Amino acid sequence: MKPLAANIFAIKRYALHDGPNIRTTIFFKGCPLACWWCHNPEGIDFHSKVLFLAEKCVGCGECVGHCPEKALGLTSKGVFRDDDKCTSCATCVQICPALAHEATGRSMSIAEIITEIKKELPFFDQSGGGITCSGGEPLSQPESLLALLQACGKLGIHRAVDTSGFAPVETLLEVARHCELFLYDVKHMDSPTHERFTGVANDLILANLKALGDDGHAIRVRIPLIVGVNDDGKNIHATGAFIADCKGVQGIDILPYHPSAIAKYRKLGEIYKGASLTVPTKAHLAGVAEILKKYVVDVNIGG
Amino acid sequence: MNDRIDKLRTESFEAQPTISIERALLETSFYKENSGKHSLPVLRAMCFLHLCTYKTIHIGEGELLVGERGPRPKVVPTFPELTCHSAEDLRILNTRAMASYRVADADIRRYEEEVIPYWQGRSMRDRIFSSIPSEWCIAYEAGLFTEFMEQRAPGHTALDGTIYTMGMVDFKARIADRIRRLDFNNDPAASDKAEQLRAMAITCDAAIVFASRHADLAETMAAAEKDALRQEELRRIAAICRRVPAEKPRTMHEALQMYWFVHLGTITELNGWDAMTPGHIDQHLLPFYEKDLADGILDREKAKELISCLWIKVNNHTAPPKVGVTAKESGTYNDFTQINLGGLNTAGADACNEVSYICLEVSDELHLLQPQPSVHISCKTPDRFLKAATKVIRKGYGYPSVFNTDAVVMEQVRVGKSVEDAREGGTSGCIETGAFGKEAYILTGYLNVPKILEVTLNNGVDQLTGKMVTIATGDPATFKNFDELYQAFIRQLEYVVDLKIRVNNYIERMYAKYSPAPFLSVVIHDCIEKGRDYYDGGPRYNTNYIQCCGIGTTTDSLSAIKTHVFDGGTVSMDALLSALKNNFQGAEALRLRLWNKTPFFGNDDDRADAIMQKIYESLFTAIDGKPNTKGTIYHLNMLSTTCHVYFGKMLGASANGRFACLPESDGTSPSHGADRNGPTAVIKSLSKMDQLKSGGTLLNQRFLPSVLTTDQDLDKLAGLIRTYFTLGGHHIQFNVVDTKTLRTAQEHPDEYRNLLVRVAGYSDYFVDLDREHQEEIISRTEQELA
Repeated sequence: MKPLAANIFAIKRYALHDGPNIRTTIFFKGCPLACWWCHNPEGIDFHSKVLFLAEKCVGCGECVGHCPEKALGLTSKGVFRDDDKCTSCATCVQICPALAHEATGRSMSIAEIITEIKKELPFFDQSGGGITCSGGEPLSQPESLLALLQACGKLGIHRAVDTSGFAPVETLLEVARHCELFLYDVKHMDSPTHERFTGVANDLILANLKALGDDGHAIRVRIPLIVGVNDDGKNIHATGAFIADCKGVQGIDILPYHPSAIAKYRKLGEIYKGASLTVPTKAHLAGVAEILKKYVVDVNIGG
Repeated sequence: MNDRIDKLRTESFEAQPTISIERALLETSFYKENSGKHSLPVLRAMCFLHLCTYKTIHIGEGELLVGERGPRPKVVPTFPELTCHSAEDLRILNTRAMASYRVADADIRRYEEEVIPYWQGRSMRDRIFSSIPSEWCIAYEAGLFTEFMEQRAPGHTALDGTIYTMGMVDFKARIADRIRRLDFNNDPAASDKAEQLRAMAITCDAAIVFASRHADLAETMAAAEKDALRQEELRRIAAICRRVPAEKPRTMHEALQMYWFVHLGTITELNGWDAMTPGHIDQHLLPFYEKDLADGILDREKAKELISCLWIKVNNHTAPPKVGVTAKESGTYNDFTQINLGGLNTAGADACNEVSYICLEVSDELHLLQPQPSVHISCKTPDRFLKAATKVIRKGYGYPSVFNTDAVVMEQVRVGKSVEDAREGGTSGCIETGAFGKEAYILTGYLNVPKILEVTLNNGVDQLTGKMVTIATGDPATFKNFDELYQAFIRQLEYVVDLKIRVNNYIERMYAKYSPAPFLSVVIHDCIEKGRDYYDGGPRYNTNYIQCCGIGTTTDSLSAIKTHVFDGGTVSMDALLSALKNNFQGAEALRLRLWNKTPFFGNDDDRADAIMQKIYESLFTAIDGKPNTKGTIYHLNMLSTTCHVYFGKMLGASANGRFACLPESDGTSPSHGADRNGPTAVIKSLSKMDQLKSGGTLLNQRFLPSVLTTDQDLDKLAGLIRTYFTLGGHHIQFNVVDTKTLRTAQEHPDEYRNLLVRVAGYSDYFVDLDREHQEEIISRTEQELA
């Protein structure tokens, strides 16, 4: 039997802003949402592909000869890829001395991921940190996620799941039995607006947040603050009121929008819908925090 | 900081380092008159007395602590008896762009007339070089190692608390008692001991004379002073200089002045490397601080002011100017006085106290080049002290550096020191471990380990010059496997280490015979009891260190050869060697394969880390246990200071994809840009080195200020440090970088691959970001600064 695997696009050690203390974040590939401001666009697509970064290529042509699908060719302008032939096998990624071929994700067995995680055990033990499963949307790979969380549980590692909340409630509650903390995004209280900017309605997400709290789980709500999308007083009040009404929420982290992902979109050859959005000012952030503090005691700016 | 400190600090900061020839003139006339009349220890002691009696002294406006080595702050004497600068050396020092020293033309002329003619052929440096074997010179000139003792006296000394319980009068009584107990009938060394002890007693008098002259000057100045407050201060200074160093100090002010006179004495007598270090000054000052508070003569602010005065005094003392290779590898004004804070007391309890916090605050407020504080963290150290240190670290001065007390103690106990002496010990210079007040732990020079691999790959020939510089160990093209290559590397390593030690031992005897340090010997246990000099095995412990550089570069290069030449067979040894010889010209794809497709040290990758362990063990075997001339042995030290830049210049292209003449890896840090998995992976790799078998390792980490903004960030940094120390790390220090560095990082991204930056909700590597993103981060950083 093939060992259980997860489709992963990055593992970050010493991830400082994905939960308490020193953590390793595992980024699951694929997300049912497509938020305009997403800063991990390489995590949206469920399928991995191989990108070619022309500025890194030194024109040695080694990848061309090694490509099992004959999908690569070399001209005076450099290497080109025939996307119809490419099966994203990533042979060229292994070969290229200049790191000009880059895979947007890879399949890793749970054992492989655990090997990476275990390298950080001394830091988890010393600081009280652990792992954060993020993405993409980790709940979209429920089997692998559960297997990973269970394996970490056996090792006594603190587990956090960073989620959009967009998943069947049964999946969410099952996962909740195997983690200590949720980092749970709340993006907008108005469902049509939510759908416009993220691609899905918010009813399932909000209902799931309630269900999670009712089931007795610990949650930190994260609000990506996007000027002109969800930062108006009405929405912030509504968000605060809703969260205050949910059980289990320990606090709120406001994550100010940042245009940092623009380079990633360019690399992927995709359009960044969030490119025109503006960064909230410090004063604005403080104002939003003040409103939210009326509803929840612990409000923090930043992850 | 108050106005006084602000003013003194500004003066110290702004003064241009200048050379004074006064000491050279005084010494030359003394030697002309007295050389040959006395035993060498007594001659040296009388010369010291002569200097203390006649050198220009200085009490600056507003100063509370007094005494300068030169005639004014930042005016540096020369030590022609060790290295006699030529007129050309002095002119270069005056005009060079970096680390220049002002020298007046008239002084250069006078130096040519009076100083140089006498010392030419008589200086230690001239005498040492006149009898060094040619194979040593060839290897030295190829950059295989440096030699610390060829122009500065062996040093790296730190004090314990003895000078706060004994004045010079008490030391003299101890010396007299020891002379009385000499057994001229049965001890063949008794006469030598008598001379050494007599010399020590003379230097005690010299220190008292020096202080009395300051008392006289302060009284004269007080008499002429219009300002009543300053007049009172000058009178107090006079009274203190009458008290110390003759008698033991009673107050914090006296204790600080006591230390400063002893510090000045040791750096006037000779120019030992790394000046002098007070050791655990926070522990030494605590009883005075508490008593002064109880007596109502001091408050916290006043204590802070006095400690600030000591810091400024240290900063006034620019390193003596170097020449030749030593100037190339150590072109800094810093003379490396390191302040140890925290740690353990001799009974093994946590030693952090209020004075530790005051010293940290002073370092933060003054943020001067010297002295540089280090914090010593044991498993008993409270988190709040480490947290206070991280708050200074994030300011971006590069200090305090952070040491693992538990490792520092174990390193010392491993080599036979008592646990109490080990706890009283700590680190001086950069990261060197020693038993403060009881040990001569001599750094003998840096070893260019990547260069040793280079000569191995070239059968003894220097890749840059084509000259045969070591021994033939076989044509690498004939090596059938990695092990054959490695065995050849070990033979080259042993040849170079033995060559270095052979000459070190000779130089060591030269110092023991011709350049004793009787004043330093007074304040280091057990020189008086043994009747032997600091340089002649007088101290309780005597250690020689050889500092090994470039373990990152060596590991990565061997890993590349193993991976691509022997295991993979994808690159032939000939192709590799020819690419290295041609500095990778026309072989960029090969260079990138070596650079990007090799397991490198610093990534928590056992394939590379196992090679590091192998090299470390070979270095240990080659060095540790080799005899010195004091009946004790050499130990390994893993430090490069700034020598990795000089060594890199002397090194051709290396198999890890590094171009010729670029710096090699520093300390025990990974190669520049080789560590690509974050600081925790670096720490894991470093923890695989059995650091307790060394006399210190050095790990540099670079962070952006924005990674250390919140309290939680500091907690995580503290967690990182604690984990490293739990895993046996000796030392770690952090660069928190500014925009200028980021600009350089944009130009040379390969050297900055480990630079972490906060991107959005996570941190990433700066050079992994594209230009626009980098620009965005740079503008953000500036905003944060504003």
